[in-house]
Amino acid sequence: MTRDLLPMFEPKGIIIAGVSSHPGKFGFVVLHNILSCGYNGNVFAVGRESGMLLDQPVLSSIDEVPHGSADLLIVCTPVQANEELIRSAAELGVKAVFMVTGGYSEAGEEGAEAEKRIVELSNELDLVVAGPNGQGIVSTPKNLCAQIVAPYPPKGRISVASQSGNFVSAFQNYANQYGVGISRAVSAGNAADTSIADYLEWFADDEETDVALCYVEGLKNGREFFERIKDVTKRMPVIMVKGGATSGGQRAAASHTGSLASDGRIFNGMARQAGITHARNIESAFETAATFVTQPLPSGGDTLVLTTAGGWGVITADAITSHRDLNLVQLPEDLMDSINEMLPPRWSRNNPVDLAGGETRDTIPDLLEVSASHPSIDAIIQLGLGIQGNTASLTKSGPFYPEHGLERIVDFHERQERRYAEASVEASTKHKTPVLVASELATADPSNPMVAAIRESGRLCYASADRAVESLGHLVRYRHWLDIQE
Amino acid sequence: MPTLSESRSRLLVSEAGIPVSNWETADSTQEAVSLAKNLGFPVVVKLCGDEIAHKTERGLVRLNLNTEEAVQEAADELLSSVTADDGEVTLLVSEQVRGNRELIVGLVRDEQFGPCVMLGIGGILAEAVADVAFRLAPLSRSEASDLIDDLSMQSLLGPFRGEPAVDREALLNVLCVLGDLGSDQEILSVDLNPLIVTNGVPIAVDALVETIEG
Repeated sequence: MTRDLLPMFEPKGIIIAGVSSHPGKFGFVVLHNILSCGYNGNVFAVGRESGMLLDQPVLSSIDEVPHGSADLLIVCTPVQANEELIRSAAELGVKAVFMVTGGYSEAGEEGAEAEKRIVELSNELDLVVAGPNGQGIVSTPKNLCAQIVAPYPPKGRISVASQSGNFVSAFQNYANQYGVGISRAVSAGNAADTSIADYLEWFADDEETDVALCYVEGLKNGREFFERIKDVTKRMPVIMVKGGATSGGQRAAASHTGSLASDGRIFNGMARQAGITHARNIESAFETAATFVTQPLPSGGDTLVLTTAGGWGVITADAITSHRDLNLVQLPEDLMDSINEMLPPRWSRNNPVDLAGGETRDTIPDLLEVSASHPSIDAIIQLGLGIQGNTASLTKSGPFYPEHGLERIVDFHERQERRYAEASVEASTKHKTPVLVASELATADPSNPMVAAIRESGRLCYASADRAVESLGHLVRYRHWLDIQE
Repeated sequence: MPTLSESRSRLLVSEAGIPVSNWETADSTQEAVSLAKNLGFPVVVKLCGDEIAHKTERGLVRLNLNTEEAVQEAADELLSSVTADDGEVTLLVSEQVRGNRELIVGLVRDEQFGPCVMLGIGGILAEAVADVAFRLAPLSRSEASDLIDDLSMQSLLGPFRGEPAVDREALLNVLCVLGDLGSDQEILSVDLNPLIVTNGVPIAVDALVETIEG
C-alpha cells in the first residue's frame, strides 16, 4: 500500500518546532530556508524565545497554532520533548512529520528505544514520519526548501530519496551544475517510520516525478524491498547507488555458493532482477537520472557514432563495443547511400560516421535527420561539436578582433554551433531517438555556444564520450528489462 | 549446519529434475568394482557420507578410473582413509562425464534477501575468476535467462572447442528447479559444483545439500 506523502511534499501549512534566533542553529536555518525560497503556505515558528524571528512571530507553544492550518511539522527540538510535541501536532490536524533531531538510533540503545516509540506513535496517530536525524525536504512544485543545508535546486522531474543527507545535497548541487532539475527530495535520515521504498512508491504515482534517484545504505528487509521496488520500476525508472558491503563473509563454510555470495553480488543481482538502474557512483547516478528525464527511451542498443573528430570516434566505438548492453551498429546500406550524397568520398563509410572535415553548412543537421529517423538506429552519440565555438572564443579574445573580418566569422561559428546543438535536440525529439552530445567543453567551457544551447534545451552535454556511453547503457538496460517483464 | 551425503544430495536434486551423472553406492570394494563394470569405464569413485562435505580437499575423489584394478585400488585406499569422525560411509561410484566446460550453480539463503540462485563459470579457477551472478528465488524463465546473460564470459556458453553451445533450455531448467527448491524450508543451501557441459547439456557430477535439521 502506497503511503500518502502528499502532506509531506505539498503541505498547506508548516509548523517548525524548535526555532532559534541563533543563525547557526538548525531551528533558524530551516525557518530561514522555508521563508527564503518562496513557499507560500502558512508558516508557524514555535520556540522558547518569544518575539519576532525573520519577521515571523515566535509562538511559545504548538497549541497556539490554529487547528487545521498546518499539515507538516518539522521537528528541531530535543529527543525528550518530541513525543508530546508530535501528539499535540496530530491533534491540530498535522499529517506528516519531518524529524531533524539527532540522538536516536544512530546514537545508541537509549536513542533506539526513543525511535521505536516514535514509530509506535506514528502508527497510533496515522502519521507519516520522516527521519529522525534527517536534513530535510525539498519540493520545488511548492517552492518548498525545508532543509538545514543548501542548496535549493532548480525545478525539474527527478525526485530524490537518500539515506545520506549529504547525497541529497550532492544531487541538488549537480542539478544546479547541469541545469536538470529536481522535483521532490528527502533526506530519509534513520528511515525509522518512512523507508526508501515508501518514498519510491509514492514518487511512482506522483505527477510531478518522472524518475527517482536514491541512495541506499542498509535495508531492514531486503526481500520486501525487492518485491516492492519491482513494482515501482515497472512504472518509473529508479536509479540507485548502494553504499556499504554485505555480510557475505559470515555464511556457512560448507557451501561454495555461500563463499561466492560476497562483495554485494546478491545485491547486484537483486537490483538487476528488480529493474533498478544500479549506478556506479553518485555522479554517474545523477547523470543517468538526468539522461532518463531528458532523452527518449531507446528501443534497443544499436548505437551510431557521429563525429567530426577522428580520435573521439575511435575511443567511443571502443567504449560501445565493450559495453555489454550496447552494439556499434553496422551502417545500413540505405543510410550509407544517403550519407554518400551528403559528403565527399573521404568520409569513414563506417560506424563511427567520421565526417573527416567534408561537411558543409547543412551537413550535420541533415545527417542527424537521416540517422535519427532510420529504423535500424536506436541511439546516437555525437562528438566533435564545439570546435568552431572554441575557435570563435580564442579569436574574440585576441587583439585583432573585431577587425579583419573576424566579427563576421565569429558570429558565423557561434551561430553554427547553436544550430548543430538545436538540430541534435530537434532530431532526437522528433524521431524519439536518444542523441547524446559529448564534449569536454561541457566542463572546460560551459559558455561555448554549443554547450550553452544544449543546456538551454534542458538537456545535458556530457563531459566525455565514456560518460555518455555509460548513461545510454543504463537506458538500454532498463528498456530491455521492461521488455522482458511478463 | 548438517549436510546430506553426496548420494542423498544427488537423489534430492535429481528427483527435483536436475540431470545428474549416473551413480550408485557400494558398501565394499568388491561391490564398487561390480558397479563400475555395470556403469562402464571410466568411472569416478568417491567416499560418501553425511559428515563428508569437503571431499576434494581431503583427496576423497578418484577420477578417470579405467580398469577394475584401478577401481579396486582406489576403493581400498578410500576405505582405509576413513576416520572415526566420518560416521557412516559408502563408496559412490559414478560414470565419468566428459566435457571441456564446467559451470557451478547453487542455492543459498541470504539473511537480507532469502533464497538466491547462483550461476557461475566453474572449474578449478572458479573462485579466482569469480564470474558468478545471483538472482532471488524463485526464478521465472525470463529471470533465469537474464541470469545467464549476466555472466561475463558469454563466449564460454557458445560453441566451444568442437563442442556445441550450452543447451540454454537445459540450463534454464536447472536454474528454475533450483530456485523452486528455495521454497523448501528444510533446505539451507545446494551446491552443484561442478556441472560438466557434455554435448551442450550441463550435468551435475557433484552435489552437496545443507539442511536446517539433519
